[in-house]
Amino acid sequence: MNVPEDLRYTPDHEWVRADGEEGVVGITAYAADQLGDVVFVELPATGTRLSAGASFGAIESVKTASDLFAPLAGEVLAVNDALSTQPELVNSDPYGDGWMLRVRIDDPGSIDRLEDAAAYRTRIEAA
Amino acid sequence: MSVESPAVATATVLQRTPLHDRHVALGARMVGFGGWEMPLQYSGIIPEHHAVRARAGLFDLSHMGELWVSGPGASTGLAYALVTDPGRLAPGRAHYSMICGSDGGIIDDLIVYRVAEERFLVVPNASNAPVVADELRLRLDGFEAALDDASLRTALVAVQGPLARTILEPLTDVELAGLRYYAIAEGHAAGVPALVARTGYTGEDGFELFLDGANAAAAWDRLSEAGADRGLVPAGLGARDTLRLEAGMALYGNELDRDTTPFEAGLERLVGSEKAGDFVGRGALERARTTGPRKRLVGLEMRGRGIARHGYPVHRGGEAGPCGVITSGTLSPTLGRAVAMAYVPTDAASPGTMLEVGIRGSRVDAEVVPLPFYRRPA
Repeated sequence: MNVPEDLRYTPDHEWVRADGEEGVVGITAYAADQLGDVVFVELPATGTRLSAGASFGAIESVKTASDLFAPLAGEVLAVNDALSTQPELVNSDPYGDGWMLRVRIDDPGSIDRLEDAAAYRTRIEAA
Repeated sequence: MSVESPAVATATVLQRTPLHDRHVALGARMVGFGGWEMPLQYSGIIPEHHAVRARAGLFDLSHMGELWVSGPGASTGLAYALVTDPGRLAPGRAHYSMICGSDGGIIDDLIVYRVAEERFLVVPNASNAPVVADELRLRLDGFEAALDDASLRTALVAVQGPLARTILEPLTDVELAGLRYYAIAEGHAAGVPALVARTGYTGEDGFELFLDGANAAAAWDRLSEAGADRGLVPAGLGARDTLRLEAGMALYGNELDRDTTPFEAGLERLVGSEKAGDFVGRGALERARTTGPRKRLVGLEMRGRGIARHGYPVHRGGEAGPCGVITSGTLSPTLGRAVAMAYVPTDAASPGTMLEVGIRGSRVDAEVVPLPFYRRPA
């Protein structure tokens, strides 16, 4: 399963690609595979405040609905509008075109408290 | 997001069907369902769903129960045990039925096949098979009828879809053209002895093959090979659920349960008021018929963005509390729209009624529509 080295991960299978004060958020290839064909993604409006660990939206496959959890505290700068018409991008390109949010991170140091690729890979291999 | 840990990892007592190795070899995602380890999907729910609508799907349904009721009193015994009258079936025919409690609540929905004059095959849901077997044993006491629970030694394989007959025809000595919907015949299929029934749970034409478990893998392989060039693909429980939902068919545990009567589920046609003799639940069901249902099963199409799911509340505009509940919901792969079934008050059950579904704290518009959502082209 693809777990890019340059990202950080949450226990709930979200990833963050941090660049200074900004970060991009999505879900991992493992999570997308577990969900199956994604048919609906509900994302917050630009400007929404995110609290770390709190639900920021939902993702649904044919079979099931799951909450999406914010990896970090911050503010939503942009959302991936393409997912409203092409939710399947989460399956086909979870680390690229299937991104969900661009956020301003309140505390850029908080990124270090998330798992690195090795730790996340170990966890999904044990699941 | 949250990823559910696979049920197979936690449950240690799940039964495996004789086709388990085939599913694993095909790369199926296995889940626990009704006490069995079953394939949820192979290539994906959506492609499998489309394959069944357009061509054909091959299903392992060996988790379903198979209860044989035989003897001179089998017909009258089943008429007492169930809400329908299987004695009205000609040999070789079948009907949809229910077993209800004395309070009229639904213990399970079933298909009853009259395989021979004094030989009936009752097919309950996997999760209810032990309860139905126990109830039938009690209810048949005093009738000249024997109950044989063949669930664990019987495999059930279904071929469903518009090409099902084309695929199965060269593989069976049963004359499929003469086999009517809800009929069953004994013969051979896919190289092994089989009971071939023209029944299903997908809204498509199709066949269900009851086989000795020991022969199931050979039959599965034969069907897979013979159907491959027609586009036959293995299909899992995920596609089975979206297919039956589009077809407006009830699922026990979702639309049907002990707190629901057949009248509320829109299945009043099953309840045999014309039956001469008594049957379990008759008094309660006749009272329920007179009183009229408190709730009605309806179809909903979402008009706002969102997918209604099992257990979500249904509201009437302007009212604070919910008036009903979603029983099943999904994004319909065939229609490309979110659809659901729900119990709502009888005065909110007319097609065209606008309701709201509570989805993660928001209310999303939904319209009552006639069931089924999908009807196969004639």
